[in-house]
Amino acid sequence: MTDLERKQDRSPVPSGWDYAPAPESRDIVTLEERYGLYVGGEFVEPRSGEHFPTISPASEEQLAEVAQAGAEDVDLAVGAARDAFENGWSALSHSERSKYLFRIARILQERSREFAVLESLNGGKPIKESRDVDLPLAAAHFFYYAGWADKLEYAFPNRRPRPVGVAGQIIPWNFPLLMLAWKIAPALAAGNTVILKPAETTPLTALLFADVLRQAELPPGVVNIVTGDGRTGAELVKHPGIDKIAFTGSTEVGKAIQRELAGSGKRLTLELGGKAANIIFDDAALDQAVEGIVNGIYFNQGHVCCAGSRLLVQESIYEPVIEKLKRRLTTLRVGDPLDKNTDVGAINSKQQLEKIEELVASGEEEGAEIYQPPCRLPEKGYWFVPTVFTNVAQSYRIAQEEIFGPVLSVLTFRTPDEAVEKANNTPYGLSAGVWTEKGSRILSMANRLEAGVVWANTYNRFDPTSPFGGYKESGFGREGGLHGLEPYLELDDSEVRG
Amino acid sequence: MSRLPVRKTYKLFIGGDFPRSESGRTYEAQGQNVARASRKDVRDAVRSARGAFGTWRGMTAYNRGQVLYRIAEMMEARTEEFADLSKGRKEVEAAVDRWVWYAGWADKYAQVLGTSNPVAAPYFNFTIPEPTGVVGIVAPDEPALDGLVARLAPVIVGGNTAVVLASEPAPLAAIELAEALATADVPGGVVNILTGYRSELAPWLAGHMDVNAIDLAGADGEIPELERLAAENVKRVVRGRADRQSPYEIAAFLELKTVWHPIGV
Repeated sequence: MTDLERKQDRSPVPSGWDYAPAPESRDIVTLEERYGLYVGGEFVEPRSGEHFPTISPASEEQLAEVAQAGAEDVDLAVGAARDAFENGWSALSHSERSKYLFRIARILQERSREFAVLESLNGGKPIKESRDVDLPLAAAHFFYYAGWADKLEYAFPNRRPRPVGVAGQIIPWNFPLLMLAWKIAPALAAGNTVILKPAETTPLTALLFADVLRQAELPPGVVNIVTGDGRTGAELVKHPGIDKIAFTGSTEVGKAIQRELAGSGKRLTLELGGKAANIIFDDAALDQAVEGIVNGIYFNQGHVCCAGSRLLVQESIYEPVIEKLKRRLTTLRVGDPLDKNTDVGAINSKQQLEKIEELVASGEEEGAEIYQPPCRLPEKGYWFVPTVFTNVAQSYRIAQEEIFGPVLSVLTFRTPDEAVEKANNTPYGLSAGVWTEKGSRILSMANRLEAGVVWANTYNRFDPTSPFGGYKESGFGREGGLHGLEPYLELDDSEVRG
Repeated sequence: MSRLPVRKTYKLFIGGDFPRSESGRTYEAQGQNVARASRKDVRDAVRSARGAFGTWRGMTAYNRGQVLYRIAEMMEARTEEFADLSKGRKEVEAAVDRWVWYAGWADKYAQVLGTSNPVAAPYFNFTIPEPTGVVGIVAPDEPALDGLVARLAPVIVGGNTAVVLASEPAPLAAIELAEALATADVPGGVVNILTGYRSELAPWLAGHMDVNAIDLAGADGEIPELERLAAENVKRVVRGRADRQSPYEIAAFLELKTVWHPIGV
């Protein structure tokens, strides 16, 4: 246990904020003891012969064993995807393709509670979020792209849109099912077949999704799901039978993938890390802004690539904002992800917890001032108290590096110019937030911020119609919207990669 | 008795000036001594391109369109000179017409490439293209003039600034173009042109941390190595072709920004 956690354990919980537990039932989820790989429309034993346990990060309880796909397994999955691509899927009438996707969207809506519970169980995120954000958005994503499948020639007039072929898709552990939807929906709408690799720590909703495909009667091999750790992802990236790689994850791994694919001519899209600035001007509606700050960084335990992890507050309102923020933090309920009252769930893995602890320790060493509300953490599982650092210099690691946890670094500014300069002073460029009551200022800031998504008077808001993706080292290519189709299509008169 | 012609000294084009290579080196190409740029010249060119980026992207689209049109005017006036350094008048005319075509796109591509997005929440949500920043261009050898224009025009019409590595065997057309650009109201630093050995310069351009995208149109066997270097800062890599002309050539060097603007009373 770190010093930090000991300190928190001694702090009393304000009695006024005790809530009776309101747990969501787990009964709705039925798990297998052990899962194979979903290849060619059925679960198969991995040729690697290897399995590994997948746990609940909130209790460290083992939920099931999943397969560690090796090179041979990946090869079989690529073969199944190629076969499905060439023998049916790409030639299927576009309106039929569309109807399969609509079916998937509907089944996800029908089974949403089951998926939400499993998502929270395996990933540690509060049920409130998986129920109200991840699941509705995942279903909406399929519904949106379903409608595109038979309208592609209107999206890209005179460009003869046609599928790329077989896509390898590697997704992270922070929004397991939603990221699956972001990857699979546009790929299938465009007529491709896919091999999806879920994250090592959160494979279960992807494996349950295979059952949705069964119910939808999707032809075998159109979607293949191979579980495993980074080695499986590496096999997928270097497999010669894949036409396109889509990766969401860390900038470090993204660069390694770009290097690996150098010279191959394979298509690539990368959605990588971020260190977003959330900028609060002195004319902002402060209470609303404080809610936005909290949602920006503590939503999903801060495991969000576009998290508002750098708060830029205009100097004149620094004190009231920090005071309100600290007060709000004391009301956040950290604990059981399946409890409907929980605001902040479990950290996704031991490894991630250690990374957060290491960066937080560096913040204290470098001289930032730490604030953590009094908070009682469960004894088992991986937890981190929502944390605010003030007195942060731009050079500190906590202001430069992506922490991917519930840790906010606060900086100040005097003028809009200074805010822009500080906001852009990072190799990342995924997202930014602007809080002001002045519409013209919103647009002028949006114009100058180097970020793929700019939220004004809101934060961490997503929609299937709204393209998402980064500038600079946050990656290239867009997911969502009309632009999200492009990475999965061959188009005439275009040498655009990605 | 015939008059002895006055020859030109072929130099680099950096920040609107015509310096020699800081290395003091030259090489012989097309019968002339041409500056042989060093990696320090690459860095200087990138710095000047970065410096000009704010000005260039900040100009109105209408204004940028007029500057591109002015380039066409300046080239047309030098048709004879360009014809001598390329395959002839036809290539020059094609290059001039290409500038005119892209000039007209300056205030239109955003309308073709952008969207407004009907999100299920009270926000006006729109996606607009923006320049990616500094773009490195490894210019094709063939055709030396029109091939360079085909790669350069879509890059700068989108508001990017450029560092061009001219064709190694046929650099003279690029330098002639620099002289046209210098008189065409193009702000200094928007286009920088280096001559020299591709193997000495391209890796430094591909690996430079302040270059946002690279067009490998003129690269060949070195493509894998250049793409590997480009991954260092997640560069956008485009394998451009000298024969392409479309708004999607512009799009290849644009970022898409999505803004959520609140709706309320």
